[in-house]
Amino acid sequence: MTMALLEIKNLHAKVEEKEILQGINLTVNAGEVHAIMGPNGSGKSTLANVLAGRENYEVTSGEVLYEGKNLLEMDIEDRARAGVFLAFQYPIEIPGVSNAHFLKTALNGVRKYRGLEELDAMDFLTLVKEKMKLLQMDPTFLNRGVNEGFSGGEKKRNDILQMAMLDPKLGILDETDSGLDIDSLRIVAEGVNALRNPNRAFVLVTHYQRLLDYIVPDFVHVLSGGKIIASGDKELAVHLEERGYGWVIEGGAKAVGA
Amino acid sequence: MTTSYQQAFEKDLSRDVPGFLRRLRNEGMERFAKLGFPNRRMEEWKYTGVDPIAQGDFHLGGDKEVSRFTLEEMHRMAFCVLPGPRLVFLNGHFHPALSDLSGLPAGVRLSNLGQALQEDSLRVETYLAKQVGFQDRAFAALNTAFLQNGAYLYLPRGAVLTQPVQLLFVSHGNGAAVVSHPRVLVVAESQSQATLIETYVGEGAYFTNAVTEIVAGEGAVIEHVKLQGESDSAFHIASIGVHQERDSLYTSHSISLGGALTRNDLGTTLDAEGASAIFNGLYMVTGRQHVDNHTSIDHAKPHCTSAELYKGILDGHSQGVFNGRILVRPDAQKTSSQQTNKNLILSEDALINTKPLLEIYANDVKCNHGATIGRLDESQVFYLRARGIDAKLARSLLTYAFASEVVGQIRQDLLRERLQQLIFARLMPGKEAA
Repeated sequence: MTMALLEIKNLHAKVEEKEILQGINLTVNAGEVHAIMGPNGSGKSTLANVLAGRENYEVTSGEVLYEGKNLLEMDIEDRARAGVFLAFQYPIEIPGVSNAHFLKTALNGVRKYRGLEELDAMDFLTLVKEKMKLLQMDPTFLNRGVNEGFSGGEKKRNDILQMAMLDPKLGILDETDSGLDIDSLRIVAEGVNALRNPNRAFVLVTHYQRLLDYIVPDFVHVLSGGKIIASGDKELAVHLEERGYGWVIEGGAKAVGA
Repeated sequence: MTTSYQQAFEKDLSRDVPGFLRRLRNEGMERFAKLGFPNRRMEEWKYTGVDPIAQGDFHLGGDKEVSRFTLEEMHRMAFCVLPGPRLVFLNGHFHPALSDLSGLPAGVRLSNLGQALQEDSLRVETYLAKQVGFQDRAFAALNTAFLQNGAYLYLPRGAVLTQPVQLLFVSHGNGAAVVSHPRVLVVAESQSQATLIETYVGEGAYFTNAVTEIVAGEGAVIEHVKLQGESDSAFHIASIGVHQERDSLYTSHSISLGGALTRNDLGTTLDAEGASAIFNGLYMVTGRQHVDNHTSIDHAKPHCTSAELYKGILDGHSQGVFNGRILVRPDAQKTSSQQTNKNLILSEDALINTKPLLEIYANDVKCNHGATIGRLDESQVFYLRARGIDAKLARSLLTYAFASEVVGQIRQDLLRERLQQLIFARLMPGKEAA
């Protein structure tokens, strides 16, 4: 049997003394798309941030193996370089650092770590313009400050552009659909779908089923009270949409779940 | 230690000096002898002690050394030499061989101030020592006492210079601690336009005591870049005074990167309706560097605008002072004035004193000001690291971004890029700015 790409075992984590994750177990293999759904406050975003290494999240017990290695011991930047990519719920604005400068610095940091040659300015531009086309982004965005003055949709697209450039093995999308109009959602989803391949996995954290109409998951998990309480295929998401989270929390999901 | 200056003064003045200048210099020396060096009991010098200057033993560099300073050395030491006219000075002495006064439009005068005192004496007499008063300013008085070299730029009505005028002041004592008192006088008649790039660099320990005076006539547009890239053991004192007529625009970009001790006094008087001033400043210090920016904008007449942005980056045990005075006189209705001072503190031991000083005596004005002191935004650091950028580089990038808001406004592409590279290299040795 091949090694799982990501293995989360009995993960507990707290934020500011409050225990949010209370024993998460999840295995993600290369090529799979997992959706993690759940009501507000269930711990979805905490899980995404813990995986990316955000500093104010404290893991109290459990382990996370990424390609068999202890992910939790890796520096934030090394996780990214090793192929873990977090698309932010709220991408940060960085005025004064141009998108081009930022992307090139990030890409070359990642490439260096992976033993690849750094790209020069020309090759970089060729690559980034190709990826921007996919996301229907105007090339002038390259000269603007990172997310500076971008609309919500532009920020999310910019995050997916970064993902396309950095070529991760595991993409974690933290509520990427929140605040998106339907056109932006479709463009973002197409961007993600274009990146799906047998070597890459995605974890989609979302509150709404709508995203899953565009990015169809292999597995759906329901997170509630810091634990995964139900898992199933994409049909689970449809039932959730119809009946709400209350139904699954009370145990109804077992009828369709795994 | 004012006596050693007195002695040097008497020796220096024994040369052939024209009557007007002799009187002025004598007056400067008298004032300086009376005032002495400022001390920290004075409000204007509360946070900046000048004892190292007062106790230092500096001597006037001889003009014979000038010829030993070569073109190669100039290129090595200057931030950036742009095409166009330039005046080069070594230890305060004019260096004709490295200067380029060609290609100026008819009627424009650009020369060593010493020469202008003879060739354009009436005009020089009219404006010199009027924009930066020395009655109560010891360093300006001292500069006046030793006034003989510096730059003179005269722009007749409607003259437009397409290339910037570069003034390069180099200090290089060859082991001895020299003092120079550069003087710059710019007289811009109505509707004239020019960019002035004043650069200070050097090697070793020395003391630069500069005074720059600018008169902007009606509708004149003057862009003024001042780059202070002195050596880490240098003392740099600069007083800049601007007088603005109707509808004139004066823009200052003041960048302070070097020096052990730096004090900039920059002031303008908006003396007729429609005049505007823009003050941009950046100071970036580390180690035990001390940098003090005192700015003053005098809204003397109605319908004038001013906008000021000063940013500071302080690392190590460095100290910074920002004191921004805005005076709106009773007559200056419809004044619009905006002042911001932002400071980024990179270490536990760096210190900044910031003080906006608004004195408003008119009632129909729009004035606001703000000062911030902060550290890097950790959520931005996380965002960059989450994209594979290592923590140190992430912090450097963000610091660079903070600085680029000021540097980015410099319009000469080559100069701006050179400065950006320089700033980035200081933050991140070995990495290249994009």
